[in-house]
Amino acid sequence: MCPGCGAPIIARQILLASKDPVVVVCATGCLEVSTTIFPYTAWTVPYLHNAFENAGATLSGVEAAYQNFKKKGKINQHINFVAFGGDGGTYDIGLQSLSGAMERGHDLLYVCYNNEAYMNTGVQRSSATPKGANTTTEPAGKLRQGKIEWRKDLTEIMAAHNIPYVAQAIVGNWADLTRKAEKAYSIRGPKFMNVLQPCRLGWGYKPEDTLELARLAFDTCFWPVYEVENGVYKVNKPKVKKPVVEYLKTQDRFRHLFKPGNEKLLEDIQAEVDRRWSQLLAKETLAKGGEVK
Amino acid sequence: MSKVVARTGNEAMAEAMRQINPDVVAAYPITPATEIVMIFAKYVADGLVDTNYVAVESEHSAMSACVGASAAGARVMTGTSSQGLALMYEILPIAAALRLPIVMCDVNRALSGPINIHCDHSDTMAARDFGWIQIFSENSQEAYDSLIQAVRIAEDPRVHLPTMVTTDGFIISHCLDKIEILEDGEVKNFVGQDRAAKTSLLDINNPVSVGLLDLQDYYFEHRVPVAQAMKDSKKVILEVAEEFARKFGRKYGLIEGYQLDDAEIAIVALGSTCGTAKNVIDELRGVGIKAGMLKIRVFRPFPAEEIAAALINVRAVAVLDRSDSWSTQGGPVSTEIRSALYGKPSQPKIINFIYGLGGREIDLPQIRSVYEALKNVENQPLAPAPSGAGLVQYLGVRE
Repeated sequence: MCPGCGAPIIARQILLASKDPVVVVCATGCLEVSTTIFPYTAWTVPYLHNAFENAGATLSGVEAAYQNFKKKGKINQHINFVAFGGDGGTYDIGLQSLSGAMERGHDLLYVCYNNEAYMNTGVQRSSATPKGANTTTEPAGKLRQGKIEWRKDLTEIMAAHNIPYVAQAIVGNWADLTRKAEKAYSIRGPKFMNVLQPCRLGWGYKPEDTLELARLAFDTCFWPVYEVENGVYKVNKPKVKKPVVEYLKTQDRFRHLFKPGNEKLLEDIQAEVDRRWSQLLAKETLAKGGEVK
Repeated sequence: MSKVVARTGNEAMAEAMRQINPDVVAAYPITPATEIVMIFAKYVADGLVDTNYVAVESEHSAMSACVGASAAGARVMTGTSSQGLALMYEILPIAAALRLPIVMCDVNRALSGPINIHCDHSDTMAARDFGWIQIFSENSQEAYDSLIQAVRIAEDPRVHLPTMVTTDGFIISHCLDKIEILEDGEVKNFVGQDRAAKTSLLDINNPVSVGLLDLQDYYFEHRVPVAQAMKDSKKVILEVAEEFARKFGRKYGLIEGYQLDDAEIAIVALGSTCGTAKNVIDELRGVGIKAGMLKIRVFRPFPAEEIAAALINVRAVAVLDRSDSWSTQGGPVSTEIRSALYGKPSQPKIINFIYGLGGREIDLPQIRSVYEALKNVENQPLAPAPSGAGLVQYLGVRE
């Protein structure tokens, strides 16, 4: 893996959080390619890779087989089923497969390690890419300032599936991440976690800054950390909400935003971060039975 | 004690699935295969099977879930047609390369475009390069019998390849026919109580990694065994058929000759058309014409030697293709027949008719016209190139 990659940190912490045996399905992507080059595998748990867009469906099949064998008394122990997919294989091409798996109520946890672009194939945009970010398929140039579209809110789409547990997290807060994973494992039914994973290659920063950057994403509310358990929102709040430019200025993928003439774009980005943040806080209030002004 | 019942092709396949009682079925509806999974879903709802039924949200997910379940050691089945099979195309070769014994009901329906829900073989033929065993059925009885045999074929350790059993869409799938079904216990004994997979994702104490990335140094070596398994499967298909014949009386092979032994002119066909053709052959035989037919039951693996041997004394052969592969050299079956006969001592004249696309009816007059064409070709010198006029024709299309 690239020096400073956050993906294996996420994978290790998700697996460590499980008391019970784990079976993994991984979508094609950075994690899959880097950990399983035949004849080597980095996985010490049962692992299956099928294709790019079908981790959700593939794991559904594994889980269905497990439920069947349990019913028949062939297996007695509890097994946790975990799917790993990048934002590519989850937000875009894998969305249908994920949605179906969540809708059908399989007892599995889907973890999206989200580096906000198709990193494995060379930094192409995904619907998880933030507005203004430079990617190879929506680059910054003379006429364009990087990605035009706002980032899709997949975590909220998952919450709208009314599944028992949905969470958004970051690599870099191991206590929060593992606690969320433990909570997920304690629940029977479909669970989804969207974990921000800075990518030094695609985002452009020093490899040792991965965890710092993720925490900065949290501190600026650029990437809120929260969970939705049976419709009840619980949002982690930064001690001090920092301006989003503090985060944007640390990465090459946003460098062009600081050219003269792009001030409005930076304002729009801050406004949208604030808007989504208030919406999230409002949902938290509503769920507590409070009034939203 | 087997009993005689009335079943459509879809009902017959669903019945066989009930008796096989797979661990997992992951399926999505598509005309004209829908009923198979609908009937099976009712079996699930009524507690007649122990299967975990995954009502997936697309055929791509159906085959993906089948791969997951099969890699977890389960006995897995599904069913589809046409666009559904096409949506599975990405995953079909993965299933074969991972050596997963998934069994699928494939109801032959034309591939779009244009969109058409009726029978032709384009969907199945387009999947011929994916490492799946492909068995064609002439009628509901064959569909029922072949589906049961397919489980044994696929799961045989010498094979371990996914297998599809096909019927002709609407013609067989929706046509009520008289079939003999076995007792539940007989089917269960034949296929075995469970798959007893040696390798499984659910074997926690022996973790495996399945579906790794191969670079240039390993991919080739991982593909060759699939070819070997396909070769070895011929023997297994015949062994399973022999056991089936011994226990239940009905005989099956890779191919079947009808009035072929002394035939001078013959057609080669797959599926329900073979049933129709038998009528014409009987007619022609009645007036002393030595007409015959070679029915191909197993298309993958392609039984080249058996076909060459069966056609050894035939002077002119018309290959009927119910799909066009647009190679401009004829349909997929005719191309493989030519290849099977290349270099062999007997060299019949071979002509190719592409017929029945999109459910276009093939009737007795059309089949008679094929034999007419064969009579004309029989005594002519062999034309120099396959793309010569008249060697590939469309049968039954309006000009």
